Amino acid sequence: MTAIIEVKNVSKSFGGVVANHEVSMTVNSGTITGLIGPNGSGKTTLFNSIVGYHPIDSGSIQFEGKEISRLSVQKIARRGMLRTFQQTRIYGEMNGVQNMLISLPHRKMSIWDALKTYTREDYEKADHLLEFVGLYEKRMLKSGDLSFGQQKLLEFAMALMNEPTCLLLDEPTAGINPTLINGLIDRLKLANSEFGITLFVIEHNMRVIMNLAESIYCLAHGELLAQGTPDEIQNDQNVIDAYLGAH
Amino acid sequence: MARKKIILYALILAVTFIAPFAFPNFGTQLATLWLMIIVALTWDMTGGQMGYNSLGNIFFYGTGMYVAALISIGRVYDIGDYTSAAGGGIFEFTDVQYFSGLFLGVISAGIFCSISAVLIGTLTFGLRGPYFAIGTLGVAIAAGELVSNWDWVGGGQGISLPGYPGHPDTGKIFFYFLFAAVGVSVFVFVKWLYGTRFGSAINAIRDDEEKADAMGIHTLRYKLITWAMAAFFVGMAGGISAFQLLHFEPLETAYQTIFLGIFMVVCVLLGGKGTLWGPVIGAILFHLFKEVTWNYFLGWQWVALGALIVVTVVYFQDGVMGWLMHKRPEWFGIKVEEKIARETK
Repeated sequence: MTAIIEVKNVSKSFGGVVANHEVSMTVNSGTITGLIGPNGSGKTTLFNSIVGYHPIDSGSIQFEGKEISRLSVQKIARRGMLRTFQQTRIYGEMNGVQNMLISLPHRKMSIWDALKTYTREDYEKADHLLEFVGLYEKRMLKSGDLSFGQQKLLEFAMALMNEPTCLLLDEPTAGINPTLINGLIDRLKLANSEFGITLFVIEHNMRVIMNLAESIYCLAHGELLAQGTPDEIQNDQNVIDAYLGAH
Repeated sequence: MARKKIILYALILAVTFIAPFAFPNFGTQLATLWLMIIVALTWDMTGGQMGYNSLGNIFFYGTGMYVAALISIGRVYDIGDYTSAAGGGIFEFTDVQYFSGLFLGVISAGIFCSISAVLIGTLTFGLRGPYFAIGTLGVAIAAGELVSNWDWVGGGQGISLPGYPGHPDTGKIFFYFLFAAVGVSVFVFVKWLYGTRFGSAINAIRDDEEKADAMGIHTLRYKLITWAMAAFFVGMAGGISAFQLLHFEPLETAYQTIFLGIFMVVCVLLGGKGTLWGPVIGAILFHLFKEVTWNYFLGWQWVALGALIVVTVVYFQDGVMGWLMHKRPEWFGIKVEEKIARETK
């Protein structure tokens, strides 16, 4: 298996707060990898470092074998690595279809391409993916008026529309009701198996992540605490202590 | 539906053509109405569609005036001599010099303003929300002050331009149609633009720029191009105004931040931000209101105008179109669609 994301000894501090300290991890191409850890353990900071939201203090981050730690968010996104947000972000004033259409990949789009209208295929693709996440009926509604869970699904569909090679999901099931969660797990797995998208997922819901991921990394206090398969992680005393607060 | 629309557009065009002949006494007011429509539609390109509330678009209006005037004068006379005479010298323009200067000046004004928009945008597009508004307002105010101290271009006195070489009434109609031509072009242009991928990209920037970044959209590129396009039309409108007004000075005519600079924002808010027709409707309503208060409540006109602005901003932010969209969402295709509808499609 080849590594698609290679994080080596990444450190990041905000003033005196060390958010990540010498973190190293590898996400293999075509897999689903989990990232867990107690609140404030530096998971989202690591995600932000990977997708270029802020410069890292030291270390290296490679995507498909190329160094990306100095690239901007846009450039990394155009290379095929996308992220979704913990606080769901969609284009609230636009309807579902418009949200989908604007999410078409901007990798190869020149400014002249931007002056074209959307094709029939674009609309069909949007409709297809909206159906995939179960939002087809509500696609003409202003997406800001959708429920939080529906917005999360829309954000996921938008990410798929962009045809990423790798998708970083920050708590995809937070705020979604238990019935919908099962459907979402299935869809995440399908996105991985059908569309071949590598998934790197931050998740607090242990049932979800143990179900979903093939390998899991656990962060605590900004450092890598444990790594392994779901079974190994579940039985790791350090992980249990970190979550229950023992020292 | 499509047929209804064609009839509607044909009707509007017909009114556009007939209006100056049907109401010859209102020629200048009608021309000004088109000016309002142009500045409102272009303001909405960044303000409504892209979420960047610029208070500095008036900069392009003023700069357009100066560029158009200087180019048309500079082709015939030395600009320093012309402005130092302050209209007192005998500087004649032949018909050919007048018209070629006007067209060349107006086009150059548009191009020059586009380029300035890219330059100013590179500096100011890092600002968001109210900071962008104040930053761009600063640019417009500073430009007015700088120009008013620049004697070569007439300083605080401004510039006088030659009058229309023909009957004044023909001149009125001529300027009316110049403004109308630009206005119709702006409308057709933005109507097309908002339907393209470009249009949805700037909408995405408005709704959540950070998300747009994260999705790989070239946000800065879109912002600069949008503002440059808006500036092109405002610059041309400014250029036409310079010739229509015959005389203009920097602070209250060209870089008139507290007049047209604010009016264009109020027009858009009144009609409905981020909609195609909102700015047009807003401009018409605002212009009517302004003309009525100026004529019948003289002395109180500024109070009435201030009241209108306060009421719009506080109680009627979504404007006419926003209100309609709220009351009649189905007119705008906002509805839950059943699955069956798709199968029969």
